[in-house]
Amino acid sequence: MSRLDETFRRLRARGERALVPYFTAGDPSLADTRRLVVEAAHRGADVVELGVPFSDPLADGPVVQRAGTRALAAGASVPRVLETVAALRAETDVPLVLLTYYNPVLAFGLKAFARTSVDAGVDGAIVVDMPPEESEPLASEAAAAGLDLVYMAAPTSTPPRVRLIAKKSRGFIYAVSLTGVTGERQELPADMATQIGAIRRVTTMPVCVGFGISTPGQVAAVGRVADGAIVGSAIVRLVEARAGSPSLVDDVGKFIAELKAPLREPLATSAVRARR
Amino acid sequence: MTRALPDARGHFGRFGGRFVPETLMAPLIELEQAWAAAKRDRKFQRRLADLLRDYAGRPTPLYFAERLSEQCGGARIYLKREDLCHTGAHKINNVLGQALLAERMGKRRVIAETGAGQHGVATATAAALLGLECEVYMGAEDVERQALNVFRMRLLGARVISVESGSRTLKDAINEALRDWVTNVRTTYYLLGSALGPHPYPMMVRDLHSVIGREARRQARAVLRRLPDVLVACVGGGSNAIGLFHRFIGDRRVRIVGVEPGGEGISTGRHGASMSAGAVGVLHGCMSYLLQSDDGQIATAHSISAGLDYPGVGPEHAYYRDLGRFEFVSVTDAEALEGFEALTRLEGIMPALESAHAVAYAMKLAKTLPRTKAIVIGLSGRGDKDVHVVAKALGKQIG
Repeated sequence: MSRLDETFRRLRARGERALVPYFTAGDPSLADTRRLVVEAAHRGADVVELGVPFSDPLADGPVVQRAGTRALAAGASVPRVLETVAALRAETDVPLVLLTYYNPVLAFGLKAFARTSVDAGVDGAIVVDMPPEESEPLASEAAAAGLDLVYMAAPTSTPPRVRLIAKKSRGFIYAVSLTGVTGERQELPADMATQIGAIRRVTTMPVCVGFGISTPGQVAAVGRVADGAIVGSAIVRLVEARAGSPSLVDDVGKFIAELKAPLREPLATSAVRARR
Repeated sequence: MTRALPDARGHFGRFGGRFVPETLMAPLIELEQAWAAAKRDRKFQRRLADLLRDYAGRPTPLYFAERLSEQCGGARIYLKREDLCHTGAHKINNVLGQALLAERMGKRRVIAETGAGQHGVATATAAALLGLECEVYMGAEDVERQALNVFRMRLLGARVISVESGSRTLKDAINEALRDWVTNVRTTYYLLGSALGPHPYPMMVRDLHSVIGREARRQARAVLRRLPDVLVACVGGGSNAIGLFHRFIGDRRVRIVGVEPGGEGISTGRHGASMSAGAVGVLHGCMSYLLQSDDGQIATAHSISAGLDYPGVGPEHAYYRDLGRFEFVSVTDAEALEGFEALTRLEGIMPALESAHAVAYAMKLAKTLPRTKAIVIGLSGRGDKDVHVVAKALGKQIG
């Protein structure tokens, strides 16, 4: 059983849902990323997503795009992020999932990426522009190395596609809440519960929801229907605002604690029963 | 061999495919099915054929450039005159087909990316013709250097969105168009303008431009009473080139040469020659040759011609390059300017700077071949839009 599986099993047993914060690795520096991840784990992050920047992030909105540009300027790359993860493993055992695009992975080498990631202490990877149909070359290397590949399910995914995604995904399923790019939104999509319900019907695998989730209130709403909430742009924007400030790590830590709070309240509702 | 590609998943050998976020997968499958149905629909095909003839001005002539050939003193040079198409470039062939498809699919809003502005103008034109809402993404740098086309698009009723991210050129315009499409995919048709992107775009764009090669083949048979010896076309994304080349792929005796933008020279690093200096990678939904760093970050291309200023190339070109069927060469900015001046002075035909790359290489090649040989250049567009760029490069003032 992988560290991701254990984490979600433990949370389920406690009636908790996961908080999954996202950081762009290398923003503002890889050393800061290291401190931020340790602090996030300390303040209640259950899984941490680390973005490996790509020059052409077509699924990302302006906030994560800007972070990627800063991270590339700071020298972030697949090998440097993996070094950072290896160093992090001396300080935390929080599950770590890399989030990136196919080209940097391909350039590093599919086999090398899978093996080096696992050796460094990475638990999973999400390759945004690699749908199940194109996944075989990397998936076979990931399976051999013991790296969990997480796939995204979108509001446009048809039922057969959701089944395919559920079959291929390891660790959890990343439910993209909306049709659009990453970034904060005022409201959660009205049909989110329906979408999660459609995924639940074909799998018992944990479902985490991301895209457009930025406030404790929105996290609480996600927590009522899903196993976890992924928060990206709101955290990245805070990192951007506090970069260079001595309070960076503490301010981000406080925000993460606020986001986690509503997910600690045990659920005795239909959502829990639906998972059984 | 040419009929079977791409395969059911959009692969040309190891190239092509569909490397996109999950949100776009179902819409791309829907698009693929809609295109297959439209191809079988006689009414759709007749309407497209009528528009290509009466509106776009097809067939375009195959013109013997006698004075240019004499000047080179070797092979005879023929021009496939796509510059005579409505809106001034081959782009209209693809746009009319896809705009009709958008209408058939019930999408009333179309978006497009554009580099030189030719595809944007063609899309805005088709949108005006069919009464569709149109928004065009264009890199901020291209907005500056192609101001004439920006104004043309606005006159046609399109909204032009200047893209400030990344290298502020075609690559970034495609990123922004894809972000728009991910957001508005249920109501919007993405009218992609080159033979790249996720399946089915490379196939669909090729299908729609292959009229160029079908005509050229028929015309060559009538004029030369045989097939040409060499085909030469410029390659940015590669839409005009695949259009000219595709029908000839099975004709083993016909040499096929794609001309890439050599910019300031391959050795300077400031160029757009992804075949000559790139490596296999994934960008904008497909696997192909790309200009990129060792870490897999996409490099910035450079060319005097905005339409060739792209760090990748269509996947079908990559496939036939690896197979040895297509050759790829590069021509520098300076050589392209010489090609531009030669064709203008000797034939009274002012080519687009993109097409001038093909002219420049064909002139070099003609000198090495005997008079019995025939070269066909894909003259993809006319040069009016580039006059100010040429003036600047020659150190001259307009007016």
